[in-house]
Amino acid sequence: MNSIIQIDRLCKTFGEVRAVQELSFRVKEGELFAFLGVNGAGKSTTINILCGQLEKDSGTVVIDGADIDCGMNGIKRKLGVVFQNSVLDAPLSVYDNLRSRAALYGITGAAFEARLDELADLLDFRSFLKRPVNKLSGGQRRRIDIARALLHRPRILILDEPTTGLDPQTRRLLWTVVSDLRKQEGMTVFLTTHYMEEAADADYVVILDSGKIAAEGTPLTLKNTYTGDYITLYGVEEAAIQALGLPCEAIRDAYRLSVPNTAKATELILAHPDLFTDYEITKGKMDDVFLTVTGKQLEGGAAK
Amino acid sequence: MTTTTALIRRNTRLFFKDKGMFFSAMITPAILLLLYSTFLFRVFRESFEQNLPDFIQLPERLINGLVGGQMISSLLAVSCVTVAFCSNLLMVQDKVNGSIKDLRMTPVRASSLSIGYYAATLISTLIVCLTATALCLLYLTTLGWYLSSADVLLLILDVVLLVLFGVALSSIINFFLSTQGQMSAVGTIISSAYGFICGAYMPLSNFSEGLRKVLSFLPGTYGTSLVRNHAMRGALAELSDYGIPGEVVEAIRDSLDCNLYFFGRQVALPTMYVILAGSVAVLVGVYILQNRLKNK
Repeated sequence: MNSIIQIDRLCKTFGEVRAVQELSFRVKEGELFAFLGVNGAGKSTTINILCGQLEKDSGTVVIDGADIDCGMNGIKRKLGVVFQNSVLDAPLSVYDNLRSRAALYGITGAAFEARLDELADLLDFRSFLKRPVNKLSGGQRRRIDIARALLHRPRILILDEPTTGLDPQTRRLLWTVVSDLRKQEGMTVFLTTHYMEEAADADYVVILDSGKIAAEGTPLTLKNTYTGDYITLYGVEEAAIQALGLPCEAIRDAYRLSVPNTAKATELILAHPDLFTDYEITKGKMDDVFLTVTGKQLEGGAAK
Repeated sequence: MTTTTALIRRNTRLFFKDKGMFFSAMITPAILLLLYSTFLFRVFRESFEQNLPDFIQLPERLINGLVGGQMISSLLAVSCVTVAFCSNLLMVQDKVNGSIKDLRMTPVRASSLSIGYYAATLISTLIVCLTATALCLLYLTTLGWYLSSADVLLLILDVVLLVLFGVALSSIINFFLSTQGQMSAVGTIISSAYGFICGAYMPLSNFSEGLRKVLSFLPGTYGTSLVRNHAMRGALAELSDYGIPGEVVEAIRDSLDCNLYFFGRQVALPTMYVILAGSVAVLVGVYILQNRLKNK
């Protein structure tokens, strides 16, 4: 796969604050890329530079072969952004909002109506097309935000915390749509999120801390590197578990043991076949990875 | 062109759909009309009658026409600028609610965005101010109508020029604003102060010599004078038919700012047009420059 986004030694400072420091990474074409970090880690600054909203101090950013320093207008046609908060015109209807935004990409008349038709089916918003945006629920508004980002068939979709505050149904719809678009149109998705289970589904993850990359890799690599495995044992006595001398935690009807890795888990099971009759092995979660890497928990974007 | 047209359409629709913005723009002409017709009309009228010599008897309709002309000219001179400021707040509101980020994400040129704001503000302000002009003229017909067709046409031209001036001025000032608080502060300052410094609420002739000299540098004062000249010309011309000497009529014109002086020299009406049109051109130039410098 080719790299559709290439960032090399990107730097940006605001006065004394070094928001982004020597940031370098690649996003492959068609992948779901997760960009994680607490508020102030440098995520929004990087996204704003990618979108041409903010000037960088140094470094290079190349998107689909074009440098943002000289080809931003062409790049803008390839980017679709779902912002953290809805930026549509609240007093205008859904139809008027989408029509006015589409016109800015030169999509008007029959071409617009055809695209609107496709998006209304995809995101299921035909029933409230004529309703003003300020009369929509949070979930409905999010669907329109996504429709707006997809109007011009972008090659890269940037989702800036797209599911924060959404109901499970809309969240599921959003991920179904994104997944379908990736499969059918090979769209690359650049995601920032506070939900670690969403990051766990990504193809590649970059964790940012204080403007620098703290860790990067596939979710599996990150879990293997930064967390251990858990073995949950059912129908055993506490004394037998304590005798193993490993960190353990009592849960409702079982005990959960922490082991450094899968090899150690296998070794333990083979050494105590009488104890391990009903059990399951799970890998650490992305929350654990984030906590180990940054020393912070990601809850609603604030460092805990 | 399609993108600029789409932006103008979007901005204009937003102005008329956003109740807060639309009503705050309408409120200046509405409040002024209400205040003038209910309270100030009688005060203006009594003051005018008291200053007339006893031997001169004027018909009530003529006095009403004169006072009405003065009132509507004040109202229109203020409204053209304050309404422009309210309409142009969309530019700031887009920064406050983040819509500008979305607009800048599109391949639209920054100059198209600026033209979109300017043209939409011009359209909305013209709609509001020309409606206010129509209502004022209607009101004047009930008081005493002494205007010719030429006066009406010139009055409309004055309103259009003042709107162009107001839109250009507000574009330059609003360019620097980015928060709700700044929006409110500028709105309050403009709506309370502009009427005084342009000579609408109180003729400049009532001010001290020094202040008059300072205010004579402001193009808005010539706009007010133009509107006043055309709103009152017919009624003032009628005065001589009732035996009022030419010198007295000239003194009245001086006291009402129909005649304006720049360091003692009377400024002719064509010169006032040149000053106003020239200042519009300069302000638009500054706005273009602001945008160019920002985009560099």
